[in-house]
Amino acid sequence: MREGIRFRDFDWALLLIVLAICGLGIVEIYSATRAMPPGSNLAGLHWQQLWWVLIGIACMLALSRLDYHAVLDQAPLLYLLGLAGLAMVLLIGESKFGSRSWIKVSGHTLQVSELVKLIIIVVLARFFSEVRTDRLSLLDLGKAGVLTGLPVGLILLQPDFGTAVMFLPIAAMGAFLAGIQWKHVVAFVLIAALLIPVGWYFLKPYQKERINTFLRPEENLRGAGYQTQQAKIAVGSGGVWGKGIGKGTQNQGGFIPVRWSDFILAALAEETGFAGVLVTLLLYAGLLLRLVQNAQWAKDRSGMYIVMGVAAVLGVHIFVNVGMMIGYVPVTGIPLPLMSYGGSSTLFVFMALGMVMNVRMRRFVN
Amino acid sequence: MSQWIGNDQKLPQGRLTFAQWAIVGITAFLLLGFWKLQINDSKHYGQLAERNRIRSIPIIAPRGQILDREKRVIVDNYPSFSVLLLREDPKLLAEGLPQVAEGLGIPLEEIQQQIEASKIIPKFQPIQIKPEASQADIAFIESHRADLPLLELLMVHRRRYPSDGFLAHAIGYVGEVSEKQIEASGGKLRPGDFVGKSGLERQYNEMLMGTDGMRRVVVNSVGKELERLEHVEAQPGQRIQLTIDYDLQVVAEAAMAGQKGAVVALDPRTGDVLAMVSRPAPDPNAFAVRIPVEQWKQLNEDPDRPLLDRAIQAQLAPGSVFKIVMSTAMLESKAIPENFSVFCPGYGIFYGRMFKCHVFGKGGHGQVELHKGVVQSCDVFFYNVGMRLGIDRISYYAYQLGLGRRTGIDLPGEMEGLVPSEEWKQRVFNQKWYPGETISVAVGQGATIVTPLQLARTIGGIALGGVFKQPHLLYDSKNVKEETFPLTEHTTEMVTQAMFGVVNEGGTASASRLQGIEFCGKTGTAQLISGEGLKKAGSQRQFKDNAWFVGYAPRRNPEIVVAVLVEHGLHGSTAAAPVARDIIKAYYDKKSARDKQQYTVEYKRYELSDSPDLALAKTAAAPAEVSPKTTLPAPQHSKGASAQR
Repeated sequence: MREGIRFRDFDWALLLIVLAICGLGIVEIYSATRAMPPGSNLAGLHWQQLWWVLIGIACMLALSRLDYHAVLDQAPLLYLLGLAGLAMVLLIGESKFGSRSWIKVSGHTLQVSELVKLIIIVVLARFFSEVRTDRLSLLDLGKAGVLTGLPVGLILLQPDFGTAVMFLPIAAMGAFLAGIQWKHVVAFVLIAALLIPVGWYFLKPYQKERINTFLRPEENLRGAGYQTQQAKIAVGSGGVWGKGIGKGTQNQGGFIPVRWSDFILAALAEETGFAGVLVTLLLYAGLLLRLVQNAQWAKDRSGMYIVMGVAAVLGVHIFVNVGMMIGYVPVTGIPLPLMSYGGSSTLFVFMALGMVMNVRMRRFVN
Repeated sequence: MSQWIGNDQKLPQGRLTFAQWAIVGITAFLLLGFWKLQINDSKHYGQLAERNRIRSIPIIAPRGQILDREKRVIVDNYPSFSVLLLREDPKLLAEGLPQVAEGLGIPLEEIQQQIEASKIIPKFQPIQIKPEASQADIAFIESHRADLPLLELLMVHRRRYPSDGFLAHAIGYVGEVSEKQIEASGGKLRPGDFVGKSGLERQYNEMLMGTDGMRRVVVNSVGKELERLEHVEAQPGQRIQLTIDYDLQVVAEAAMAGQKGAVVALDPRTGDVLAMVSRPAPDPNAFAVRIPVEQWKQLNEDPDRPLLDRAIQAQLAPGSVFKIVMSTAMLESKAIPENFSVFCPGYGIFYGRMFKCHVFGKGGHGQVELHKGVVQSCDVFFYNVGMRLGIDRISYYAYQLGLGRRTGIDLPGEMEGLVPSEEWKQRVFNQKWYPGETISVAVGQGATIVTPLQLARTIGGIALGGVFKQPHLLYDSKNVKEETFPLTEHTTEMVTQAMFGVVNEGGTASASRLQGIEFCGKTGTAQLISGEGLKKAGSQRQFKDNAWFVGYAPRRNPEIVVAVLVEHGLHGSTAAAPVARDIIKAYYDKKSARDKQQYTVEYKRYELSDSPDLALAKTAAAPAEVSPKTTLPAPQHSKGASAQR
């Protein structure tokens, strides 16, 4: 069975796109932090990111060797391990940015929830391929909901609302492909609409502020609206060709919030203009379309579910983050995959892509 | 392995295709958003980015100094730093605040209260947490610029005024510009600017103010200066030199210390104001930063009205000083023979009513003609003159000699006084003029009201033979207006002789005689007439009499004329004349010292480096040798002393 796997089946086009995006990211991280004094913990961030990318590629290659069917076999065990990991983080994890979601591994803090995201992709892939129908019943939908809900609940306890929300696209994509019934979609939308006022009470004050700001940006230009406004100024002032790498006033002056991470695209947009944005967004669109193509070519439904789960998570990350830059989406702590600085998120993306490669490389295998 | 292998269920290709289209659609939608920002609105956002990056910091121009006629500094500036707190980074603020509190020596709670109170002010605007930074504060801020980027210093120039209300009313004070003034300035003034609010500060605001400079710098998001783009130096305001003679002003201030009233000393030949006092006076230094509402209210409601510049705004009956106007009118109009004389038994009956002379009950002045009438200040004589001249003639001469209208001094808020006439009474009260009222007017009572400045100009002008210069405080005044109402040589001679007699021939001010100086003048004692008291005038005496004296020297072509008003001073001879005498003596002492080349201008009299308290001590100490208490002779040795007017 293994003899059918050949290296030339590796998705070289996908890898090329990914490396191009990472390259843009590293250049822009350099530009955003180059003014930092040597002692700062932001100095030399681009080198760190380069290391994360290299480690990520290694992880990707390793994961692509492993047969995804074997992984799916162990889905229940992985699921339990994932829940245990989240519980452990709650007990002994490190607090960072106000939520207890980090765990220390050899000097680096890692977000366990990123790894669990990967596990949930596998678990839901197995669940939906077991359903074997094109008309998803309410019961199965409920089961999928519980499977997703348990880790989401644990992550909400950390509390990390942004990461928790990112589990939903996996379930939604799975349900969509498994043939969710329109009446259920309508029902869900209605229930969600009714729950919004209830949910409002459970939001933290800063989250309410962000949503208020999004709805009425002009009223809060110095609070949460400041970030959106500064990002928009950066993007808009970039014009067609940009101000040049390292020459963006919004970027170099530090007006763009967390410009090396969540708002890196605003920095890029300022320094490379619409031309740079066009290239970047086309690269991302190419990445996503290539993922869907890999799903289409998958040997079986389980492979497709895995690939599309990855596509769903990446797609939502990308679109929400890009929307943030131009004020289309409220400010949420969601990084831009492969470009924003960050070890956990970079590793997750490469491991997820490793799973995709895995599926692709086994498409001809019988 | 397991059931996963060979799962032959067909892939939902339609749904996957849908996903592809969704990706294309969302990407296109987002690109459209970027297009809108980066191509359609790029100019707008470019401007916003520039505004973010570039900060314009005004450099405040120092106001011009105010100097006396010998270029001694009366008003100066001192540099002062305000401590500003930057509030843009809430995290940094929360962490650094305890250090800020400790470094500046302000309780932490107090700073937090200030931050709380400034919540409505946009966060990017720093708030002032300490208006006057000490040397230690400045050192603290400078040394912690890197690790505590929360504090900023703003250099401002504050006005340093002489203490103890020295020349306070004439100088005026500065304050933050009002919205009305900003509108009226046509864009020249901005909120937060300091402008003259009263007195010379207001009159010559444009000269004094100068033009602020500007610094355009590139800053980062926490306001740290990265690069300097442009630096326009401030143009300091012009210095102005006053006609005030510091030495005379010191004497005048000391003489009026603790009194309520005013002094105006003029050079009638030029219109130069040599000294100008109004008491009580506020301390303008209290207004130089920002006056607390409570204190302002108190000043406004003070029954002694310290904010009133009595030299140009007190409108009071001139009393017997008016007899000089009457004498001039009598001689000039020739309606009455110059040797006209009456018998004064201590009173007179006019229009069926008895009018008392000031010696009523102690005999009378006997036979009185013009000279004796002025010297002894005989009321009965002037009642008769008034009756014969009639109100309209009196009013005409009074007006021509400068009463009832503004002198045109270069100070805001001068009052015009009032010279009553038949026409005036008809217009204002819709009543006929009663001849009896003329009798009161003839001795400076009734509806006639004047300011100290008007009286000084009028008496000085008469002694000059009818030349009236516009009084002014600016030394380099061009086109000083001159009015002439030529008096005959004979009139001038007779009137000035009479005023010489008042001081030197046993007249009402003989106690203030000066050896070797042709000191002339006229005393006056009058009741205070307030606005609504006008109607009751002449019938009620509910206030202590005001004391007046207008003196000058020498007798002909005077060099200095001094008008003194002491409210509730009772007698012009005892309360007001000595003040004028002190000033005129000081003037001559200085003049003779200068003639003997013994005089050198003392530039350092008012030390700017001194603390205000020290300056106060000097001001108070300097005139001690001419203080009225030490040189005031007992008035009793004079003949008419007990009945002086």
